[in-house]
Amino acid sequence: MRRVVALALAVPLLAAGSAAAATPKSPLAAYGYHLYGEYCLSCHGANAGGRLDTSPNGTGAGPGRAQQRQQGLAPSLQGVGALAADFYLRAGLMPLRQIGLQPQRRAHALFGNHQIRALVAYIATFGGPPIPKPKPSLGSVSQGLHLFTEDCAGCHQVVAQGGYVTGALPPPLTQGTTPLEVAEAVRIGPYVMPTFTKKAISDRELDSIVRYVEYANRPEHPGGWSLDYLGPITEGLVTWFIAIPALLALCLVIGRRFQP
Amino acid sequence: MSKAPLTRRSVRWLDQRSASAPLLRKTLRYLFPDHWSFLLGEVALYCFVVLVLTGIYLTFFFVDSTKEVVYHGHYAPLYGQQMSEAYRSVVDLSLQTRAGLLIRQTHHWAANVFVAAIVLHLFRVFFTGGYRKPRELTYWLGVTMLMLVLLEAYLGYSLVDDLMSGMGLVIGYSVGLSIPFVGQNLMNWIFDGMFPGSARLWPRMYIAHVLIFPILIGLLLGAHLLLVALRHHTQFRRKKAQTERTIVGVPLWPGQTPRSVGLALGTAGFLFLLGGLVEINPIWLWGPYHTYASTNGAQPDWYLGWLIGGLRLVPSFDFTIGHYTVVPNPFWGGAAFPLVVFGFLYFWPWIERRLTGDDAFHNLLDRPRDAPARTAIGIGMITWIVLVFLAGGADRTFILFGISYTAQIWVYRVIVFVLPVVFGVAAWWICKELQASERVVRERHEAEAEARLAKLRG
Amino acid sequence: MRRLANAVVSLLVLLLGRGRRRPRGAERLVKEQPPNLAAELGVLALLGLSSLSALGFVLVYAFAEDIPAATQFLGLTLGLALILFAFALVVVGLKLVPTEELAEEYPPHEHPHEQQVIAELVEEAGSGITRRGFFKLGLLGAGGALSLAVLTPAVSFGPLFRVGDFLRTPWRKGKRLVDESGRPYKASDIQEDDFYLAFPEGVGSAGEEQMAASLVLVKLPVDQLRLPAQLKGYDAHGIVAYSRICTHAGCAIELYRAPLYQPDEPKPALVCPCHYSTFDPATGGTVTFGPAGRDLPMLPIYEDSSGYLRAKGNFDGPVGPSWWGVRMWKAQP
Repeated sequence: MRRVVALALAVPLLAAGSAAAATPKSPLAAYGYHLYGEYCLSCHGANAGGRLDTSPNGTGAGPGRAQQRQQGLAPSLQGVGALAADFYLRAGLMPLRQIGLQPQRRAHALFGNHQIRALVAYIATFGGPPIPKPKPSLGSVSQGLHLFTEDCAGCHQVVAQGGYVTGALPPPLTQGTTPLEVAEAVRIGPYVMPTFTKKAISDRELDSIVRYVEYANRPEHPGGWSLDYLGPITEGLVTWFIAIPALLALCLVIGRRFQP
Repeated sequence: MSKAPLTRRSVRWLDQRSASAPLLRKTLRYLFPDHWSFLLGEVALYCFVVLVLTGIYLTFFFVDSTKEVVYHGHYAPLYGQQMSEAYRSVVDLSLQTRAGLLIRQTHHWAANVFVAAIVLHLFRVFFTGGYRKPRELTYWLGVTMLMLVLLEAYLGYSLVDDLMSGMGLVIGYSVGLSIPFVGQNLMNWIFDGMFPGSARLWPRMYIAHVLIFPILIGLLLGAHLLLVALRHHTQFRRKKAQTERTIVGVPLWPGQTPRSVGLALGTAGFLFLLGGLVEINPIWLWGPYHTYASTNGAQPDWYLGWLIGGLRLVPSFDFTIGHYTVVPNPFWGGAAFPLVVFGFLYFWPWIERRLTGDDAFHNLLDRPRDAPARTAIGIGMITWIVLVFLAGGADRTFILFGISYTAQIWVYRVIVFVLPVVFGVAAWWICKELQASERVVRERHEAEAEARLAKLRG
Repeated sequence: MRRLANAVVSLLVLLLGRGRRRPRGAERLVKEQPPNLAAELGVLALLGLSSLSALGFVLVYAFAEDIPAATQFLGLTLGLALILFAFALVVVGLKLVPTEELAEEYPPHEHPHEQQVIAELVEEAGSGITRRGFFKLGLLGAGGALSLAVLTPAVSFGPLFRVGDFLRTPWRKGKRLVDESGRPYKASDIQEDDFYLAFPEGVGSAGEEQMAASLVLVKLPVDQLRLPAQLKGYDAHGIVAYSRICTHAGCAIELYRAPLYQPDEPKPALVCPCHYSTFDPATGGTVTFGPAGRDLPMLPIYEDSSGYLRAKGNFDGPVGPSWWGVRMWKAQP
């Protein structure tokens, strides 16, 4: 579906050449337009219309996908809004390290805060949803756990520790993931994540999910050392690498019976 | 007349009422040969004692019912959620009962350590030939206990009805279902209907876990220990006096008693330390089980990890003949694999007797290097099981180290059959080399002694 | 004051003095162990610390409500109490109690005389029985029959022979698809790139736990659907409904791989988190990766005149993990 939309939009816009979007740009958006030209144009095309390349390119095979002729380098960004631009840029997912592989978060964002705001403003001129304002304090952590289990835990694990799905690595949501990132990702559905619109998950329900993810970042652990809430794997490691050596040591001490 | 010391009075009282003084006297001087590895079985025994004692406490709090209730307790994330009474009783015990979490966690850690100790004990018995005549019966009782313990532990953590263990329960059901011809009838019978079964399932599991299996294990354990005592312990040949006919050891009283009691208390103490300091199975985080819910990263407890590896590795096929699905897929990894392993364990004494022609009584143990073939085969089997076990965690390996999951599965499918042979042959070779080097050292000592003697004469 | 001084002096003498010794010259059964004052004091100290720790446990328990990390302190005090006691006993065993190395004969391999006597006892007792074979047959037969009879009530544990349940589902023609709270789904509710949990209307919360009740709904662009001939028309304008229960080992399929940008990303797929069986929703639930041996059962659905989603009939195959007769089942109308 998106391929068709991208095609439909990109062709006339490419033809229009350097004629910019009809809405006048603010100084921030103008700076964003500059940055877009430097960093994003080569993949996302002029006027954020996406780029099609029907010649076979070497992007090739990725996880869960055989080598095939690529029909587009990057989708159109018209209509994705400040929501998507802010998400991808702030997490460092864009620029992509390599086309065809799952976008990776960057430890150090490539762009500074001002640059991100500029790019977001530019993309926003093409329309689309604004940056959301999640209010976790208005959500219910209990409803959050319930919704998270139904919609998210299958990929992200019930305590948001991340996991595996054939062909992708749903990341953990606990290492400094902000409520804003969670809210944005839910609405976008980046890479192979499903897209949850307001119809499926209302804003209030999203507040609950965000509240739950916040809780999952630091859950109660009355039982002691929490072993990263992963469950039996780490418990098995403790059994074999802490408990057994300790008991073996005790056996070695007690077992010295015979006089030499 | 002054009163005799308390000791004498007590022994006299007991002997008059039970005629047990001769038996007691023999028992007090029962000899324990010296080696640290002989204590592994004791560690397992003390874990069992801790399990029973903590388990009894837990039975007073657990509710064995799958009736749906709504949680109105203190733990916010679960407030207002539907769950079974069983799950709620464990959440309440963990989060609201004083010392409840300590006892529950100690119970679960004890189970994990129990199986590990049994496995180590099994390794010791296997690699030293302790199962040979006349101790085959003792050995078979031990292998049976291992099987029962695995089932008992699986039942135990499944009773909690949390999301992770519920997924494990349906997988166990599916493996049972996949038994050719009878699987469906058998599972229908055990579960009282199709999964998730009827309201009778949970009380059934509960009674199995707190009564039937503990009694069975206890009886087998009693018989196992009795046989060990009747036949007396095996021993390594550490001192010249230790032979097939003469046992050298430390008597139960007074030498062994403080050591064994110390080991018991030390094991129990360490388990309680774990139970208090390291969180295990935080079921309030997983949430209650529903058949239509699941989570990523669900794993069984470590001692069943070899089975999840088996289930993940087998390629996608049901073995069919026409319309008959003779062997559904989960059978290979979930049932056939453990059957082969336990079959190997049960039949091994007989196999070794046939291969070596050795039908003699053995009270002396081999060092692993003294029986290269046995060591090699044992190492091969262990390699096989460990590789399948590691395959079960391939998704975690992908997440941690970035090695593609699909690639790992393909590699594992090959090395799971190749590496055991390689490691077995390597183990055989190492044993042979160790034996050879001992021969060299012995010959050198003899030559040096001869040279010294010659020098003295000459 | 003097009494206190006396008490302290007495304590010191008791601890550090010579202690009680056996009279010499008595015949000994257990060899003599030389005294070791340091070890004795060490043992006493360990036992003392252990007692303190055990009492600490009681104290922590009493005030558990007010102590943060109560479980940790409870475990620490009780564990240390036991371990310190254990260390005390180990010191006793290694230093204070004689470690005798004794030798004795193993019990004999066998007792031929007793074996002979037992065998003769059994054989001679049967002197009154002239038809051994029949007798044995009779005993064994009756014993076997009795065992069978005694075990027979166990059949009532469950429907051992009645397995029709495996083919029954709560879905009927015309049943509406509802969400977990019972609200019916409209076709317009289902959006692409998202996945939904659905149940038959009126099934109740206990009924929701039936394996054959839960569905996973996804919507694909109609031009991407490539359903095989026998599943043609099972979708409602691209909305497809599958059983949520994996056909491998019964876990719920709660992973939906929904690519944002199809050209570069893996195709849509339903994945099970237990062993990663992967099913293609566009081709009728065929297995594309993982150990599942059977396609995911598909439920035919349609959109009624009010826009609600309803079932057109039953699944195209039995729900859940496979069993021996799973491929003998024909789809019910």
